[in-house]
Amino acid sequence: MTSGTSFDRDKLAKIHDHLHSHLPPEPALRVKALESLLVERGLVATETLDAWVEAYSEDIGPKRGAQVVARAWLDADFKARLMEDAAQAITEFGFEGKATGDLKAVENTDDQHNVVVCTLCSCYPFSLLGLSPAWYKASAYRARVVREPRKVLEEFGVSLGDDVAVRVWDSTAELRYLVVPQRPAGTEGWSQEQLAALVTRNSMIGTDRDLEVK
Amino acid sequence: MSNCNIPREFGPEDALAPDAPKFGEAWHAQVLAIADTLVTSGQISATAWAETLGAERDADESAGRADTEETYYEAALRALERLLDGAEIVASGDLKTRRDTWERAYLATPHGAPVELTAGEK
Repeated sequence: MTSGTSFDRDKLAKIHDHLHSHLPPEPALRVKALESLLVERGLVATETLDAWVEAYSEDIGPKRGAQVVARAWLDADFKARLMEDAAQAITEFGFEGKATGDLKAVENTDDQHNVVVCTLCSCYPFSLLGLSPAWYKASAYRARVVREPRKVLEEFGVSLGDDVAVRVWDSTAELRYLVVPQRPAGTEGWSQEQLAALVTRNSMIGTDRDLEVK
Repeated sequence: MSNCNIPREFGPEDALAPDAPKFGEAWHAQVLAIADTLVTSGQISATAWAETLGAERDADESAGRADTEETYYEAALRALERLLDGAEIVASGDLKTRRDTWERAYLATPHGAPVELTAGEK
C-alpha cells in the first residue's frame, strides 16, 4: 500500500464521518434555534410543544369531525346548535381549538354542494379535522377551486348535475368551515359510531359528496 | 360517466390507503407547534400568521419553486421567523447566532451523546 492510498483513505474516512454526522438539515437547525430562544424567554414551554406534536401525530384527526357530523344527523337539537354557532357546538365534544378560530358549519342539500378552500394560505379547522392534506395547501387547489369548482370536483370524483349549485367558502384566520355532508340512505337506525365511520375527511372539506354505505 | 379521460390534478380519497405519516419530518411538526402555541397564547395574531404565511407562499410561487410539503413547511418557518423578528420577540441576529451555536454543538458532540448547549454558549 502506498502512502498516497493511505492519505486518501484517511480523507475518505473524514468525508464519511462528515456525511454521517448527526448535524440536522438546515431548516431543522433553525427551528431548534427558534425553539430554544423562545423557551429561554418563557414564551413557549417544551412540554407544551411536545404535547402538541403528540396530539396531532396520534389523536387529532378527521374522526373528530366525523363524530360531530354523525351527531348532527341523529340529533336535531344538536344540529340546530351546530348550524347556529359551530364553534360553540363543538365545545360539547371538547374539540374546540384556538387555531380553529370561529367555525361555521355549511350543509349540503340535494340542490347545494359546499366546498372549502383557503385562498390566502392554509387556514383549516385543525382541531376538528387534524392536519390538512397536501393538496389543500397546494396553490393549484387554492387557485382552481375558486375559478372552476365543478371541474376540480370532477377530478376528485364528484360529478354534480346542473341542478346542484356549488358554493365555495374561502377560509380566513378568523373564520373556518366544516361541510356537513348528507346522510346516506339506508342508514336508518344506525348508531353515532356506525354513522361516523362513513364520514370521510374530504366530505367535510367538500371534495367528496355521496358517502358510501359500507 | 367515466372520469378516465379527464386530465386531473386531484383524485378521490382512497379509503383503503394506509394512513400516511402525519409529519414528514420532525421539524415540520415543531414549526406548526410553535406557531399554534404562540397564536393560542396571543404572542402573535392568527391574522398576522395567516397573512405572513400567505405572503411567503406567494413568494415561492413567484420564484417558481416546487409546490411540495417541504416548501410549504419552509415557507411556514420563514413566516414564523419574519413575524417574530418584526414583533421584536426574536431578532433575526439572535436567531443566526443561536443557529450557529447549535451547529457547533452538533459537530462537537460524539455520536450517541445528547447535544446540549452549556450556559456559556446560550
